Amino acid sequence: MTVEDLQELAEQEQARQAKFSHRLMYCSAAGCVSCGSLNIRDMLKKALQEKNLADKVEVIGTGCMGLCGEGPLVKVLPEGTLYQRVDEAAAKRIVDEHLVQGPIVQDNVVDITHPFFAAQFKIVLENCGRIDAERIEEYIAVNGYEALARVVTEMQPGEVIEEVRKSGIRGRGGAGYPTGLKWGIVRKVPSDTKYVVCNADEGDPGAFMDRSVLEGDPHRILEGMAIAGYAIGAQQGYIYVRAEYPLAIERLRLAIKQAERVGLLGNRILESQFNFRIDLRIGAGAFVCGEETALIRSIEGRRGRPRPRPPYPSERGLWGMPTLLNNVETFANIAPIIRNGSSWFNAIGIPKSTGTKVFALAGKIRNTGLIEVPMGIPLRKIVFDMGGGTPEGTEFKAAQTGGPSGGCIPAEHLDVPVDYESLNAVGSIMGSGGMIVMDSTSQMVDVAKYFMDFCKDESCGKCIPCRVGTVHIHGLLEKIAAGKATTDDLGLLEELCVMVKETSLCGLGQSAPNPVLSTLRFFRHEYEELLKQPETFVPSGNGNDPTTH
Amino acid sequence: MPTPTAPTPHPSGDNRFKLLDRAITKHQSRGDALIEVLHAAQGIFGFLENDLLIYIARALKLPLSRVYGVATFYHFFTLKPKGKHTFVLCTGTACYVKGASKIQHAAEECCKVKFGQTTSDNKISLISARCVGSCGLAPVAVLDDHVAGKMTPESAIARLKTWQEQPDEVTT
Amino acid sequence: MAIVTLTIDGEQLSAKDDESLLQVARQHKIDIPTLCHLDGISDVGACRLCLVEVEGWTKLAPACTTRPLEGMVVHTSTDRLKKYRRMIVGLLASEGNHQCAVCTVNNHCELQNLAYDVGLLYVRVPYLYPDKHIDASHESFILDHNRCVLCTRCVRVCHEVEGAHVWDIAGRGIDCEIISDLNQPWGSSESCTSCGKCVLVCPTGALVKKGESVAEMEKHTEFLKYIVTARRKGEWISVDTDEE
Repeated sequence: MTVEDLQELAEQEQARQAKFSHRLMYCSAAGCVSCGSLNIRDMLKKALQEKNLADKVEVIGTGCMGLCGEGPLVKVLPEGTLYQRVDEAAAKRIVDEHLVQGPIVQDNVVDITHPFFAAQFKIVLENCGRIDAERIEEYIAVNGYEALARVVTEMQPGEVIEEVRKSGIRGRGGAGYPTGLKWGIVRKVPSDTKYVVCNADEGDPGAFMDRSVLEGDPHRILEGMAIAGYAIGAQQGYIYVRAEYPLAIERLRLAIKQAERVGLLGNRILESQFNFRIDLRIGAGAFVCGEETALIRSIEGRRGRPRPRPPYPSERGLWGMPTLLNNVETFANIAPIIRNGSSWFNAIGIPKSTGTKVFALAGKIRNTGLIEVPMGIPLRKIVFDMGGGTPEGTEFKAAQTGGPSGGCIPAEHLDVPVDYESLNAVGSIMGSGGMIVMDSTSQMVDVAKYFMDFCKDESCGKCIPCRVGTVHIHGLLEKIAAGKATTDDLGLLEELCVMVKETSLCGLGQSAPNPVLSTLRFFRHEYEELLKQPETFVPSGNGNDPTTH
Repeated sequence: MPTPTAPTPHPSGDNRFKLLDRAITKHQSRGDALIEVLHAAQGIFGFLENDLLIYIARALKLPLSRVYGVATFYHFFTLKPKGKHTFVLCTGTACYVKGASKIQHAAEECCKVKFGQTTSDNKISLISARCVGSCGLAPVAVLDDHVAGKMTPESAIARLKTWQEQPDEVTT
Repeated sequence: MAIVTLTIDGEQLSAKDDESLLQVARQHKIDIPTLCHLDGISDVGACRLCLVEVEGWTKLAPACTTRPLEGMVVHTSTDRLKKYRRMIVGLLASEGNHQCAVCTVNNHCELQNLAYDVGLLYVRVPYLYPDKHIDASHESFILDHNRCVLCTRCVRVCHEVEGAHVWDIAGRGIDCEIISDLNQPWGSSESCTSCGKCVLVCPTGALVKKGESVAEMEKHTEFLKYIVTARRKGEWISVDTDEE
């Protein structure tokens, strides 16, 4: 395939789509499928047939449209009308009323001028709700693979890296390492064999951003990885995806096959000298495999135990070769950066955190689902304007970001801008994008205990502080929650947390105490209220008196 | 890289081993494909019993203890047979905040076993999962591979009861 | 290979840049406690006892897998490090069922020595009293899981030196356990050559010879020095070890 062939394919697909008066996009992501969206698809098709519209209106499965709590969702294009909670009757009405007569179905329509939609800025999710995730032609028709074509025909690898560097994008997996810098390091290591690895082991409980991208727009990841391969000099890529995401695995397999068939992956891509293949590796349920050295071990077919760094995977990674490891969302941003230029990307967000971030909004909040917002947006805007605040009759207490490695942000910090540095300053992290809202019914000691239970179960057991320390921290939290602990126990808890944080081998252990430390920082009184009154009371370090009598 | 070898047929004559051999050959009997092969084996046989692990270790030329170590490291692999029905409760953060623990207690009470175990009549396995990624529908459970959102203790018990009351010979 | 100069505990030293900080320190009689490290087998950086402070680094570095760099300033026994080492040994003590008074390696035990060295007077965390078993099925040796600290020395010596790979680790987290073959009784293992290397390198009474009584068993690791002379020295600090 040549670049001209690619353009022709895009035009053919656009012409094909132009023949239809409407496109009915039903959500085919895991959330809506579990609410019966496949049944709705059949209903829509049946209703269209009854009205003799089957050849005028296309019914298409598309990626996550965000409002996951109100599924199944159906979008009518070209108008862009979004319907929620579409049941069989509503499906019939959408065809009978909206398509045939014109007026929209008021009972199910979603107000897309609501901040939940209006305040979003879509780069990563731009194609979700817009294209059929299972057809490469539709991706190509919306400028898909255009960036790869430009890269392999017009750009030098160094120029690609420079463009990524100038965009200011930082790793979306949580730590926020500058992506361009990472690529530059791997490029410089001399080696005939290098690898590109996509970390799709989205293990944070309460996070489903990556899954939505993989399910809704798999080609975007393949394109991003191929561009990375060209830039660093790799010919082989791996996507390490969790076994818990069967639909994402299926769509990725299909996407790889399609891209190979048309010559966008494989040998001599777009008639250039560049060869690049991508294989899938399926995880098997270990949170620690999100850590890069553990992930590499797991791809090699071994126990996913991390090893000390340095050497970093950029020097010695998969099978000892230089390896570039990025997260799904990072790769998803690459094609738009190349297509629109680094200065376009740079202008979004704030200077030190450019671009957008996808968050999975869940917990005690009215509008749950997936949102993509510019970096630097105040947390308050996400929780109250977009999320609609906590349910009737309860009060906002904390927003938890970063999963088991992150922290709880209390109400007094609601105005914190959502960017890497600001979130760190309030004791949490950007993380991969899980955002769980807690209201006044959530007990913070219990929340800390929940996360420590998770970390204790997910500890690989290699280093002592994490293997044994997390068990004792969890035990102390249980003791506190049961009202059997003393101020000495609270002191020991803090000491253990700091020790595990500073001495553990990998990121899991080093961040495992964060949920405890952050709740201790902002909700210390909740811990103290639960302490048993000792016979001789010694005030704790920060001077807070327990409020119980 | 080890040279590809065609595995010899399994002496038991169990045809399922042919399927497993196909998966092993697909990966050229490479040791680094261990996790992929274990996935295939569990898909075919339902669980990984010792004989199967020995067979895989021989085919991939790996030490037995390495194979056992990998099989027990990952939650996804199970060395014991599962019940006829599986009730997978998501215990991710969103589900936790929305009260998954109440469903957990209700299910344990109803089945008289803890999560991670199978009922004595082999009908139901209670399994907990670390987030199935359908957080918008929290609390979520996966009932025999079908995702069910917005669960309540009552809806969980109702489903478990129907499973319990199914006569043995009926297969779904 | 190049020579670099660095400072360890105030002492100006020169070192080869393909050695580990631990090797350099020990050559200069600077003592850093270790447990999972053993001269002659690869390093895994798992026990975290050899953590040192390096000026300008935000994180603590394991001396066994960190290489010396030009101008590096290293501190090996600050109050913070001493405290953490005490806590780590305390965690180990709480994790198993270590009863020194009835142990065949009493007074020859590395865990016991570590406890003295780091000044562990009492264990602040509660003992976990795990339910562990003893495998006495091997004709010459005994494996007592109660006394295992999961240093993986046996796993590494068996794989790297003997080449048998009898041992590995099963499970994860606090449930990790050393296993032989398919988690079967050691005596029934077909891959074990009964060479006894694992017993000699075991730092505690987890792997011992049969027939020895309390405080009789002494461990010898010198044999490794003769076996590994055939290997290039640089490989001793390999991080791509086949540990498990």
